[in-house]
Amino acid sequence: MNAPFFKFGYFNTEISLVIAFIIGIAFGFSLERGGFGSARILAAQFYLSNMRVLKVMFSAIVTAMLGVYYLGVIGFLDLKLIYMTETYVLPQALGGLILGIGFVIGGYCPGTSVVSFATGSLDALMYILGALFGIFVFGEVYPLIANFYNSTNMGVVRLPEALHLSYGLVVFLVVVMAVGAFALAEWAEKKFAFRNPENEK
Amino acid sequence: MTSLAKKISELFTKDIEVVEVKPKPYSNPYLTGIGLGLVLLLSFVIMGRGLGASGAMSSLVAFGVQTISPEHATSNEFYKEYIGDGTTNPLKDWLVFEVLGVLVGGFVSGALAGRIKKRVEKGPNISKSKRLLFAFLGGSMMGFGAKLARGCTSGQALTGGALLNLGSWIFMIMVFAGGYAFAYFMRRQWL
Repeated sequence: MNAPFFKFGYFNTEISLVIAFIIGIAFGFSLERGGFGSARILAAQFYLSNMRVLKVMFSAIVTAMLGVYYLGVIGFLDLKLIYMTETYVLPQALGGLILGIGFVIGGYCPGTSVVSFATGSLDALMYILGALFGIFVFGEVYPLIANFYNSTNMGVVRLPEALHLSYGLVVFLVVVMAVGAFALAEWAEKKFAFRNPENEK
Repeated sequence: MTSLAKKISELFTKDIEVVEVKPKPYSNPYLTGIGLGLVLLLSFVIMGRGLGASGAMSSLVAFGVQTISPEHATSNEFYKEYIGDGTTNPLKDWLVFEVLGVLVGGFVSGALAGRIKKRVEKGPNISKSKRLLFAFLGGSMMGFGAKLARGCTSGQALTGGALLNLGSWIFMIMVFAGGYAFAYFMRRQWL
């Protein structure tokens, strides 16, 4: 095992911040290339006319998932050392629902709003101010909702353990699911092409 | 005489075409996704952690609260998590530096493609001020929801998705469910 490099002490925290900045540049660059700097394209995901969100997200998940899997199989990457948040079923389900509704109202998610703001969008700036306000509200009411926030904790748990399937099989099933989702996305984009914001101009 | 005027106007039309940089089309989504996946994989291999966005915003909020009222910040478990023991600045954080990078990376990509433009993104059937109000409202919900879920689309859906984290997949399914369920009520903003 040689990786993750940081966990093996190959460099210190100061260097890790430089790496954070460089990885961030690559992250922001990819998001903007993919059209995620545009609220109309992001929102069109929910009207089935432009499925870039699904396509980019699932290609990225599949790529990173396969990479992690194979680097683990050959003994290069120690999966146990990769940080994972614990599962809290109800808070995460409700948080996801609120976030999804916020997505179609606001037109962005936190990462894409930063990219959109970087390319000059004023609504993205308003969105970022809103997100900061929402986090502040969360912080202020935190003492009241701390019980719910910490409820239904399952610890760190992965799909293979939860479904009682082997890691390799789950990886395979996610790939199959992604390919199926891509096929459906292509079909939907053809059917609703008339209201795809990318087809304007 | 008219043909001369025509020629001059044609000359100017050509000039306008040169001056007005047409934005380039976006990249192929599958290739972009593979690129994004490799960036995420690189983050796993080098740092042992994935990408994020809302965490950096939380650090900024915690820093703001700490600056205005240090006692209030340290008496709250949520802010304390971002402030730490008070010996280091909350902004000296991995995700804060990563998001600064996102800002730069987004700008560079947009500039190379001629997509930097002061604008308000909206559908044709809604006013600018209403759109800005909705952006703020949606952002607030997103900020609150992301904290409740312990991460946003980057930290949970993308990162946790690739790591096959159970909570992240529950989160991701609910994000799509919420978006599709509420899309009907927002159609005037986007369509």
